[in-house]
Amino acid sequence: MTSAVRKLRAMTGVYYALMVEYRAEIVLWAVSTSLPLIMMGVWVQAGASGDFKLDATQMARYFIAVFLIRQLSVVWVIHDFEWQVVSGRLSPLLLQPIDPAWRFVLMHVGEQLSRLPIVLVLTALCFSLYPAALWGDAQTPGWWTPSLWQVVLAVVGCYCAFVLRFLMQYSFAMGAFWFERVAASHNLIFLPYLFLSGIVIPLEELPPWAFDVVMWTPFPYMVWFPATILADGEAPYVKGFAVIAVWVIVLWIVNRLLWRAGLKHYSAMGA
Amino acid sequence: MPVVVCDQLGKTYRVANKPPGLGGTLRHFVRRRYKDVEAVKDISFTIEPGEIVGFLGPNGAGKTTTLKMLTGLIHPSAGRCDVLGHTPFGRDRDFLRRITLVMGQKQQLIWDLPAMDSLRINAAVYDVPDRDAKARIDELAGLLDLDDELTRPVRKLSLGERMKCELVAALLHHPKVLFLDEPTLGLDVNAQTAVRRFLCEYNQKQGAAILLTSHYMADITALCDRVILIHQGALMYDGSLDGIIQRFAPFREVKVEFDSDVTESALRPYGEVESLDGRVARLLVRRDDLTQRIARLFNEQQVADLTVADPPIEDVIGKLFAEGAA
Repeated sequence: MTSAVRKLRAMTGVYYALMVEYRAEIVLWAVSTSLPLIMMGVWVQAGASGDFKLDATQMARYFIAVFLIRQLSVVWVIHDFEWQVVSGRLSPLLLQPIDPAWRFVLMHVGEQLSRLPIVLVLTALCFSLYPAALWGDAQTPGWWTPSLWQVVLAVVGCYCAFVLRFLMQYSFAMGAFWFERVAASHNLIFLPYLFLSGIVIPLEELPPWAFDVVMWTPFPYMVWFPATILADGEAPYVKGFAVIAVWVIVLWIVNRLLWRAGLKHYSAMGA
Repeated sequence: MPVVVCDQLGKTYRVANKPPGLGGTLRHFVRRRYKDVEAVKDISFTIEPGEIVGFLGPNGAGKTTTLKMLTGLIHPSAGRCDVLGHTPFGRDRDFLRRITLVMGQKQQLIWDLPAMDSLRINAAVYDVPDRDAKARIDELAGLLDLDDELTRPVRKLSLGERMKCELVAALLHHPKVLFLDEPTLGLDVNAQTAVRRFLCEYNQKQGAAILLTSHYMADITALCDRVILIHQGALMYDGSLDGIIQRFAPFREVKVEFDSDVTESALRPYGEVESLDGRVARLLVRRDDLTQRIARLFNEQQVADLTVADPPIEDVIGKLFAEGAA
């Protein structure tokens, strides 16, 4: 077993154990990110009117896919990092020969694993509320059975979404080195994230010019892109993954520059 | 060759200065005022392999700031430091693998899980093979009298048990230089003794250098032959424990028991009266005058018993810091 795999296994295992330590909390966290299910209720009614590009069943499938992608791409690193800096708990992590970012990433992975059973139960609940999403209706006949490649690309897209969100939030979190309290600054990107990622509105319903503009930002790739792959298999794959790659590189460079500058500014307070 | 080198090391912090009251709060909100605080000034010392050095100073003297610079947590504002041939704030992996910092008031263990889980991560992070990690954990746990404490959630442990687990986590990778900041803080007497014994054994077995800060003089006297005194960021003394008394305590303590009660005024000609309780008195007498004063005491008073000793090191250092003498 290589050193990297051993580190990965040890940290994922331990952080999974940490996340399942408080069982009720997992359920509450999973339920708290169920906005897509509420939006599903709204948009299924809208889709039934026939005034939108997606019909009711497509809307239901899309928002169930959004719910799944959201569950596996939730990021809260800014809150954790801020606390670690302000309380001085970052110091022990800085003394170890591994970048603390890996710990934060693997905490998220551990949390995703702990959520999985709840996510499956909630997904089953969605299908029971709107069974046509599973076996289709007159407008969209046939079962919702994503092909293997759809699933694979959706999973890859989902983890790209996680990486994008993580890098963006972690870069904002670096502000803690200078300003200490930075979690509020994340609200600056939360609104664009909410409206441009496809959580509230399926992006197909935007005016074409707005859709074209939005597709150059990182937000659609945080939800809409992988959700659309999973829901109907029709998505701009090449452009999508190319834009993701560019944003990941840009955010990674920004993050590393801020990290290095921040460490020079770090006062290891409280420690 | 020294494992730790500090050469005119200095650190200046910029801190916000908020005036009190509502007016001060509003002014602070509109326009922040800052002042520069020199936490460490021109400190120079070296530490050799295997040496245990006590690092003493009152609160706010700059001890922890110095340790933070030596471990690479913060960048110095002036001077140079070198630990095991590395510049600490470069945070080279090879450097981080060979040092540790234990902070009595901070923890690295995951609060909600047993210490064993944190040790598992540390073993992987420091590339200690599973078999070696198990052997080292058993050995360190044995030295610290730890048993099932390692498998209980950290939040359920007492302060002493937690500190011992912290030491196991901090030493699992067998560091060559240990920076210990108040490792016995808040521990009971038995736990303090266990930690001291453990550090002594670790030092002898691994040949590790230790720089130790503590407010408990018992830690220093039990472990350190050499001490560094720091006050208001500046170095006051670097040498042996005994040397402090020679240099900073020109008095010796004379404890006298008389045949009958005596008054303080009757004792003043012989020295500074530290305490008087009926027939028993403690006097401070200048070293260069000691023989003559004791001879006079025997001639002029009814002495039943007399002992001469150096004043307690705690008193000397306490007085030194209180006076801020250089």
